[in-house]
Amino acid sequence: MTLPTGLEHVATADELTSLIAETEHVMVCCGRMGPMCVPVYGVMEDLRDSGDYAHVEFRDMLFDSPESHVIRDLPECSSFRGLPFTVYFKNGSVVAATSSIQSAEQIKAQLDQHFSG
Amino acid sequence: MNDFDVLVLGGGPAGLSAAIYLARGKRRVCLLDRGTVGGQVLLTHAVANYPGIPERSGYEIAAAMRAQAVEFGCEIVSNVTIESVDLRPDTKSIHTAKGVYTARAVVLAMGGAPRTLELESEARLQGRGISYCATCDGDFFQDQDILVVGGGNSALEEAVALTKYASSVTVVHQFDHFQAYAHAVAEAQNNHRISFRMESVVEEFVGDDTLTGAVIRHVPTGETKRIDATGAFVLIGYVPRTESVAECVVINERGEIVADEAMATSVPGVFVAGDARAKRYRQITTAVGDGTIAALSAMEYLEAKLRSPA
Repeated sequence: MTLPTGLEHVATADELTSLIAETEHVMVCCGRMGPMCVPVYGVMEDLRDSGDYAHVEFRDMLFDSPESHVIRDLPECSSFRGLPFTVYFKNGSVVAATSSIQSAEQIKAQLDQHFSG
Repeated sequence: MNDFDVLVLGGGPAGLSAAIYLARGKRRVCLLDRGTVGGQVLLTHAVANYPGIPERSGYEIAAAMRAQAVEFGCEIVSNVTIESVDLRPDTKSIHTAKGVYTARAVVLAMGGAPRTLELESEARLQGRGISYCATCDGDFFQDQDILVVGGGNSALEEAVALTKYASSVTVVHQFDHFQAYAHAVAEAQNNHRISFRMESVVEEFVGDDTLTGAVIRHVPTGETKRIDATGAFVLIGYVPRTESVAECVVINERGEIVADEAMATSVPGVFVAGDARAKRYRQITTAVGDGTIAALSAMEYLEAKLRSPA
């Protein structure tokens, strides 16, 4: 169960666990194909394609998949009441998480703050 | 060099329609969008009344329009920040964080953005109880008490839809009457889970990590009262995204760009289409019509300039 976006997808909890264990900088957007989520996927695709964030792995995950508990149940997301849940992992740990739509500027600010270099 | 025949600002149905017509007319066209191409049609889960197209998601319709524009040769630059514009000279220029774009004609199709209450507490609690999309976030509020702010069709229709999840929905509306169709008003008024606070405004949303309530002020009396709520959906319409061109073209008191029936603005070679234009009806179909007219008018303008250069 994956989203029909142009991003690479995380389909299972195990896949995410492996990815964040093996990769220093990972941004995962967990949502649906809704109006608050689609713009975030678009920003992520643009940032990936720009090459400015080649050190970051951009992924999406389907919120309604049972496997997305790995995002939904994060303590950092416990107060979230709006899609998508976007989580930034550095060396396997959550360094930031946001709820609801985010602009390109907001996303770049998170990447620059937490994934510099 | 980012030089084109026509620049289209905005990638909603109006801008994409203009781009499709211009590119198919063999004009060198570039579409610039501040976000993800698609515009407000992305906000629509199901579009059921677009002629000839069976029910589709807004995403699918936007994706098809984008693919069509690209296929005809339109260049698309998304998530671009416009820093300044100079529309008055014969060669128009758009300064962006990704470089300067120039063209002989411009179609302004920036659309609109959801209107907010402009409260500090609203921004702080977005995604933590405050939402602008009932269909996106409604299921986070199962068996909870929530607010809907607004009194138009969207607010009342979404209030009804939210009763599928919420135990109670309080509609907060600043006037003593609704700006909605009679059937939408009746459906909301007949729903036993919906109550109304008319002539009332939200003074402040309350909550630290998540929303816990809102302070409501009754406008005629000035009396304030706190209402407990874990969710609040702000559905108070849209504002045109015309701030970047407000110094260049004539706009009205609502911030909408004024144009004639050819979609020509007050500046030669600058046309407008879609929700940024001063008009009564805002539908995907009317945006598509605007975009078509703006593209045809832009092509006519370019041909006239070729025949009689200044």
